[in-house]
Amino acid sequence: MFRRVTLLFVAIAMLASACGSGDDGEPGSITVYSGRSEELVAPLIAQFEAASGISVAVRYGDSAELAATILEEGDNSPADVFFAQDPASLGAVALGGYFVKLDDSLLDRVPAGFSASDGRWIGVSGRARVVVYDTGKIDPAALPSTEDGFTDPQWDGRLAVAPTNGSFLAFVAAKILIDGEDATLAWLKAIAANSSLTYPKNSVIVAAVDDGQVDAGLVNHYYLFRRQDEVGETIAANHFMTGGGAGSLVMPAGAGILGSSKNATAADAFISFLLDGAAQSYFANETFEYPLAADVAANSALPPLSSLNPPQFDLSRLAETLDRATDLVAEAGLL
Amino acid sequence: MTSPAVDQLAPPTGDQAVRAKPTATPAPAWLWVAGGLVVVPALVPVLGLIWRVAGASSSAWETLVSVRTAELLGRSVLFALIVTAAATTVGVAAAWITTRTDIRYARVWSTLLALPLVVPSYVLALSFTSFAGPRGLFFDAFAVSLPSVSGFWGAVVVLTLATYPYVYLVVRSTIVRINPALEEAARGLGSGPWEAFRRITLPQLRPSIAASALLVALYTLSDFGAVSLMRLDVFTRVIYAQYQGRLDRTPAAVLSIVLMLIAVAILWGENRSRGRSVYFSAHTARPPSQLALTTRQRRSAYALLTATVGLGLALPVVVLVAWLGRGLVSGAVIDMRWGAVAGSLTGSLAAGLLAMAAAIPVAILTIRHRGPASRALRITVYAIFSLPHIAVALAVVFFASRFLGGLYQSFVLLALVYATLFLAQASGATEAALSQVNPNLEEAARGLGDQRFRVFRRITLPLIRRGLLAGGALVFLTTMKELPATLLLRPTGFDTLAVRVWSTANDLFYARAAAPALILLVASAVPMYYLVIRPRQRI
Repeated sequence: MFRRVTLLFVAIAMLASACGSGDDGEPGSITVYSGRSEELVAPLIAQFEAASGISVAVRYGDSAELAATILEEGDNSPADVFFAQDPASLGAVALGGYFVKLDDSLLDRVPAGFSASDGRWIGVSGRARVVVYDTGKIDPAALPSTEDGFTDPQWDGRLAVAPTNGSFLAFVAAKILIDGEDATLAWLKAIAANSSLTYPKNSVIVAAVDDGQVDAGLVNHYYLFRRQDEVGETIAANHFMTGGGAGSLVMPAGAGILGSSKNATAADAFISFLLDGAAQSYFANETFEYPLAADVAANSALPPLSSLNPPQFDLSRLAETLDRATDLVAEAGLL
Repeated sequence: MTSPAVDQLAPPTGDQAVRAKPTATPAPAWLWVAGGLVVVPALVPVLGLIWRVAGASSSAWETLVSVRTAELLGRSVLFALIVTAAATTVGVAAAWITTRTDIRYARVWSTLLALPLVVPSYVLALSFTSFAGPRGLFFDAFAVSLPSVSGFWGAVVVLTLATYPYVYLVVRSTIVRINPALEEAARGLGSGPWEAFRRITLPQLRPSIAASALLVALYTLSDFGAVSLMRLDVFTRVIYAQYQGRLDRTPAAVLSIVLMLIAVAILWGENRSRGRSVYFSAHTARPPSQLALTTRQRRSAYALLTATVGLGLALPVVVLVAWLGRGLVSGAVIDMRWGAVAGSLTGSLAAGLLAMAAAIPVAILTIRHRGPASRALRITVYAIFSLPHIAVALAVVFFASRFLGGLYQSFVLLALVYATLFLAQASGATEAALSQVNPNLEEAARGLGDQRFRVFRRITLPLIRRGLLAGGALVFLTTMKELPATLLLRPTGFDTLAVRVWSTANDLFYARAAAPALILLVASAVPMYYLVIRPRQRI
C-alpha cells in the first residue's frame, strides 16, 4: 500500500507540473482577473496576445468574488487588470482604492456615463436589463414599459427574479439612485407580495421561461441568444422596457488597472485593444452585447442602443449603494 | 416475536457496553505533533473569520438579526434533519443489500450506487428542473409533461440523492468487516432477516452511521447550488447574497460563523450519542454468507436500487447526453480540454492522499485518547467542513497573499486547502473503522514489547485500511466537483472539469457543460471502482 501511495504522489507531481503555467513576472506579460467567462473572452485574449506579443495569464471567476479577492489581497495582488461583468464589482475595487486613474486617451473613446466619473474604470461593452417572457402566454403589447408595471396583481406568481444575483442587486442599487429608497423598498415589497419566484441566477430564469415553468423574468438581454445558439428557435423572447427607469438600465462590463501592477504599459495596451474595432465587433456579434466604442453598431438582432432610453445617473455610485440595496432586498423578504 | 436466545446474541448496549475508556497510557508525543500539524491549516480560516467578526460594527450585526434570518435558520436545520434521515435510510439499505444479499450484479450495483456522489449537486438539480416541467426534456421526447420538481420536497429528493453515498460508502466499508456469524446464528435461532439485521448488525454499524450522517447533515446545511435551483429559501442563500451584494465582507463572515456554531452544536449532540457506542473486534475469518432473498424481497431491493441509481445517476446522465445532442444538432462547437481532466485528477488525488494521511492522527486521538484536546481537534476539523467554501477561500487569500509568498496560487496550497476542507470525510470514515477495532489487540502487541508506531503499522493500519480508503475516496470524489475554493485559489491557468462545467453552464451553454460533466463522471468512476469496490475479497 505504501509503495502504491508513493507512486501515486510521483504521478501527481509530474501531472501537476505539466498543467501549471509559469509565465508571471516576465516584462512582456500581464495577469488579468476576468469576471467575464472563458467561453466568451478567451478567443479575444488570444487575439490580443498574437497582435501585441504580450502574454496574458487569466484567472477566470465570478466578478463579485474576484473583486472580493482583490480587496483581500490588497497591495499584494498579482493582478494587473480586473476585467469585470458589472459596474458594482469594478466600483468595489475602485472604492477600496486599488485602481489607478486611466489615461484620458482611453476614457475619451467611450461615451460619458459608461465609465467611472473619476476615470478609475472604463466601460467596454453594454448589457441591457430586459424582461424575458413566454411568447405562448404573453402578448408583448401587454408588457409594461417600466419595472413598476410588475407590481400589478395580474403578475401574481408569474414573475421570476434572482435576488441573490449580482446583476439584480446592482439593478436595485440603480433604482435607489434613480427613484430613492422609499420607492425602491415599496417596489421590492410589492414584488415580494406578488409571490414572485426567486431563482439563483439569470441563466436559469431564461431556461425556466423557455421551458414553460414561469411566464416572465427580469434578466440581462444576452442570455437568450446563448439559448438560441443551443436549441435553435426559442419560445422565450426579450422585451426591452424603454420607460427610462431602472428597468431601462444599460450596465457596462468594464475594466480597470490595479495600482499594484508592475506592467501598467502592457495593461494599458490590453484595455486599448478591448476598445478597438475588432474587439468591439466581437462583442457585438459573438456575445451579443452593445459595443461602446469605435462606432461599431449593435447586432441587428438587437434594438439600437439609442432607442433604449437608459436612465442618466452616475454609475460609479452604484458600488457604494450596493450594501443598502442588499439591506432593502432583505427587508422586503426577497432574500 | 423476540426469542430469548436472540436476546443473548444481541450485542451489549448501554451499561454493558465496552466503552473506550480514556487509555491509561497517554498519547505519544508524535501523535500530538501530527494532530497539531493537521489542525494548523484548518485554524487559519477559522481564526481569520472570527477575527473579522470580532471587529464587526454593531450595524453589521443589526442587519442580520431579524425574524427572517431566524426563520431561514430554522428551515435550514429542519431541512438538514429530514435529508439526513432519508439519506441514512437509503445509504444503509443500499450498503446492506449489496454486501449481504444474493442480488445479482452486486459489483455493478456497488459501483453505480457510489457514483451520484460525483455528480455536482447543482448539476443534479439542473437535470431535475430541465427534465420535468411543462416543456422539459421529457415533454420534448414524449409530448407528456411531468410536474415540475421544486420547493422543499424537491430539494429533499435532490440532496438525499447527492448525499446518501456518504452513508453508503462509509457503512459499506465497515459492514464487510463485521463478523457474520452472529447474524447467521440469530437467523438460525428463528429471527427473520429484518430482526437479525436490526438487533445484531445495526448496533454494530452505529459508529459508521453516526459518522456519515454527520457528514450528510453538515453538507446539506452548507449547500447553496442545488437548494437555490430548487427555489427553496434557506440560510446559505443569505450568506451567498452578502458576497454578491456587499463590499463589506463582515456580514458574510458573521453568518458563516453562525453556520459553524450550528455545526458545532450538532457535533456536540453526536459526541454525546457516541459516548454510548460499543466496540467489537472485527476480524472475520471468511467473507459473510449471503442471505437468499425471497422473490418479494428481491423485488423491493431491486426497486430501491433502481430508483436510487435511476434518479441519482441515470437521470443526470440522460439529461447531459440530451443537452450535448441538442447542442451538436444546433451546431454548437464542443472543444475538449484535456488539461481540465489532468487538473481535476491531480488535485483530487493529492487531496485524497493528504486527507488520508491527516485522518490517521485525528481518528486515533478521537477514538483512543478521548479528552478535551482531542475533542477540540475534532471540532475544528468538522467546523471547517461546515463553512461555506467561499468564506474559507477568501480567508486563505488574505493570509496566503501576505505571508506565504510563492505558495499563494500554487498547486501545493490548493491541494492543502482541499484536504483541509474535506478532512472530516476522511477522518469520519477512519474513526468508524477504528472504533470497530478492539483496543485489546493493540495492547496485547504492546505488551509483547512492540514499539507504538510498529503496533500502529502492523496491527491498527491493516485493520482500518478499508475505512481509510473509503474516506480517501470520499475526499477524492468531493474534490472532483469542488468549485468555489478552486476558482479563487488555483494556480493561474490551472483548469478542472468542475470549473469547465460552471463556466459554461453559468452562461447557459448547457451543451458545452455536458461534455466535461460526463467526463467528470467517468474519470471519478474508474478510481472509485479500484479503490473501494474491487478490494472486497481481501479482508
